[in-house]
Amino acid sequence: MCTMICHSAPISGNGKGREGWFPLLHANVSYDHPFSLPDDHTLNIDFVNGDRGPSARVAVELSVEAARSLVATIQAVLAEAESGGYLDEDEKLAV
Amino acid sequence: MYQTNDYEGMIAETVVIPGHKGDPIRAYYARPLGPGPFPAMVLIHHFPGWDEWYREATRKFAHHGYLTISPNLYERMGHGTPEDMGAAARAAGGVPDDQAVGDIAASMNFLRGQAQSNGKVGVFGTCSGGRHAVLAASRAPGFDAVVDCWGGRVVMGDDQLTANWPVAPIDYTADLPCPILGIFGADDRSPTPDQVAQHEAALKEHGKEYDFHMYEGAGHGFFYYDRTAYRQEQAVDGWNKIWAFLEKNLA
Repeated sequence: MCTMICHSAPISGNGKGREGWFPLLHANVSYDHPFSLPDDHTLNIDFVNGDRGPSARVAVELSVEAARSLVATIQAVLAEAESGGYLDEDEKLAV
Repeated sequence: MYQTNDYEGMIAETVVIPGHKGDPIRAYYARPLGPGPFPAMVLIHHFPGWDEWYREATRKFAHHGYLTISPNLYERMGHGTPEDMGAAARAAGGVPDDQAVGDIAASMNFLRGQAQSNGKVGVFGTCSGGRHAVLAASRAPGFDAVVDCWGGRVVMGDDQLTANWPVAPIDYTADLPCPILGIFGADDRSPTPDQVAQHEAALKEHGKEYDFHMYEGAGHGFFYYDRTAYRQEQAVDGWNKIWAFLEKNLA
């Protein structure tokens, strides 16, 4: 929107939308005006499948603090999964 | 101002018009009932999309006596809820300027061709719609008035130009054919007060008729009653300035 800050990450996975689970192709991450959260700008993530049209979307809007916490939490969970021996070789962080 | 014993009627509905390159695009068209003649307005929706605020704004302008059309600039992206479409547009970096200008010019021609038209057509936009209003009025001859509400990226650095937005609207200032009213918030980050001043300087340099208002205590989107940006006093004053400007220029 008005910041024009939006990056699109190709991803694979599934997301649960209005009509159930569907395959995901991209995570569109933006910092811009939210639709829902009562704030001027938020960190927005749209998990989408463009092949299925604009409604194939799982959306979240986060405060900056929440977004940073999410990033750190994701990293912590992946680190614990790796140290616990749960990740395949090709999933481990390169040393 | 209407009186409480005046008759008022309105029709508001979705129509399909030939847009840029003849592509059929949907638009929301609201007009006062009666033979007129009425002045007309094209409303250009903001980046969040062709949404309920713009349906309401279209009816608001019709209530004030304007044949009013709000084209769906995101028509070619597909369909979904307005939020889904806004999110899709966000990911795509908006729509191409050439396409938007074509759709807006088509909307202007639609209005001017109506039997109830008085021949005068203005253009209004908020946010990216304000930017599009400035751009379309400068590139598509025929508009009689422009209302730019906090249009960001009228002034654009070279690093901000994109394939969709390859030229800064300010570069077309010499071609602006009509008066422009600008409504801005002093706390806005796009456009900043500095960028608004640059736009104003360009208008002055090219001898254009303009009237810019910078509202203290307001930022981006301060007309939006459904957002934290809403500023009641500034919004009421801004709307009053819009009605006065349009009455003067579209009569």
